[in-house]
Amino acid sequence: MITVKNLTKRFGETVAVNKVSFKVSLGEIVGFLGPNGAGKTTTMKMITCYLEPDQGQVQIGDLNIKEHSLEVRRKIGYLPENTPLYMDMGVVDYLLFIAELRNIPKSKKMSRVRQIVETCSLEREIKKNIGELSKGYRQRVGLAQALIHDPEILILDEPTSGLDPNQIIEIRELIKKIGQKKTIILSTHILPEVTATCNRAIIIHNGKLVADGTTEQLAEQSRGRTIYYVRIKGPKDTVQSRIQELISVESVRFQEESPQIGCRFEILAPKDKNPCEDLFRMAVKNDWVLTELSHERASLEDIFRDLTSS
Amino acid sequence: MHNTIVLVKKEFRSYFSTPLAYIFLVAFLVITQWLVMRGYFLRGQADLRSFFGLVPIIFILFIPAITMRLWAEERRQGTIEILMTSPVRDMEAVLGKFIGGWIFMGLAILFTFALPLVLKYTVAPEVGTDKGPIIGGYIGLFLMGGAYLAIGLFSSSLLDSQIAAWIIGTCICFALYMVGDPFGLFALPQALVPFFQYLSLSRHFENIARGVIDIRDIVYYFSVIFFFLFLNSCMIKSRK
Repeated sequence: MITVKNLTKRFGETVAVNKVSFKVSLGEIVGFLGPNGAGKTTTMKMITCYLEPDQGQVQIGDLNIKEHSLEVRRKIGYLPENTPLYMDMGVVDYLLFIAELRNIPKSKKMSRVRQIVETCSLEREIKKNIGELSKGYRQRVGLAQALIHDPEILILDEPTSGLDPNQIIEIRELIKKIGQKKTIILSTHILPEVTATCNRAIIIHNGKLVADGTTEQLAEQSRGRTIYYVRIKGPKDTVQSRIQELISVESVRFQEESPQIGCRFEILAPKDKNPCEDLFRMAVKNDWVLTELSHERASLEDIFRDLTSS
Repeated sequence: MHNTIVLVKKEFRSYFSTPLAYIFLVAFLVITQWLVMRGYFLRGQADLRSFFGLVPIIFILFIPAITMRLWAEERRQGTIEILMTSPVRDMEAVLGKFIGGWIFMGLAILFTFALPLVLKYTVAPEVGTDKGPIIGGYIGLFLMGGAYLAIGLFSSSLLDSQIAAWIIGTCICFALYMVGDPFGLFALPQALVPFFQYLSLSRHFENIARGVIDIRDIVYYFSVIFFFLFLNSCMIKSRK
């Protein structure tokens, strides 16, 4: 559906987007991740034909953004960063204006606006001016605006930034609801959002693509390592040195001690090794009671920090 | 074409969505009518020459005030992103804003109709009046205002500050108004004088306001309008 190849954009000396390539297929929801200023917005602006790339190609279906700019724009719904809207316009007036601009025939205009107002749960606020709306409702108007012509592709630039937790969940639900039938790219720097709404994540840092894959794939790609936690009732120092001796353990760190349930250790295993069995046998051999044995996968947060802190 | 009409409607309506349009209309009408009427009965002439001499100068200040918001605010708020990522050509967007403003300006001009009426019922019955210069004057005002409007719209696209847009617009309008002024021309080499006279917005207006509607003057105003609208669409394109 969307093919981005070697996309490059410079602003003066700085390279905002540097040879970024990726593909998004029909029906996918892709999360665009990266710290502020990584080049997410610039990439999205190029896909939506607001900016022109210095180098590289963007292909929407079989249309090129340079040669078929107007056709491409017809297929895309775009919610820019910070939801820019005409503050002195009424909600319905504004949506009617966008509907006209999007060439929706006169006879269908009103019913389409009514439909979209319902989809975005805007019914309560239709009589107000956009400037009077709360941030969450403005965001909905922004989404309604992007959806009104029923585009195949939705590009959403930080759709949940600045919203309160309830609103964030509502907007996420809305995106998921819409996303069943559409291809969506959404950018964010809130990581749980990607896990919550997207099938796939693309991480951009300093204008370069640093990772691309499902969240599980990314977890494996990055460290491929799992952290294990073990709690053993026994003498602290002896236990620690015994754990350290195991082949399936790379390093061990003491965490805390409690008289009832023993000492807790954090264990880092080498790649592709699982120390659980060895730990259990070791405890049995020494007649220690094992009170906890758990593991934690590297979270998206860790991956993100790993890839973007340099 | 469809897009331009949609934008014209939206732009024209948006003038009235804030009190700005009403303030503008009231200020414009009060100032012009006051300045015209204070000498009107003293002169006792059945023409509107003082009106048509005054408005082009007042327009230098007032027209860029109509247009200063149009692109600058669009850029500052970021709404230009939604506008330019919808299937609208750059020139369609520029034309939509221009025509919307032109209609609004036409409305402001229309509201000065009280003056010809006053003329008709006060001085004219005694000394007789010539309708030509009045009709010509109105057509001239509309064309000249259009040129100012194109200039103002262009300067609004330069920066995202409304005040800067207003100042730049006023300066360009003033410069183009003054280039044909005899006061400045006498210092120029003789060969350049006709060229500067041709460039001047005011010279062409004087012709029309005399009641002589020459196709060359009309072509001149439309060339100025299209030149600045073209520059404007280049500015919009340059964001890319």
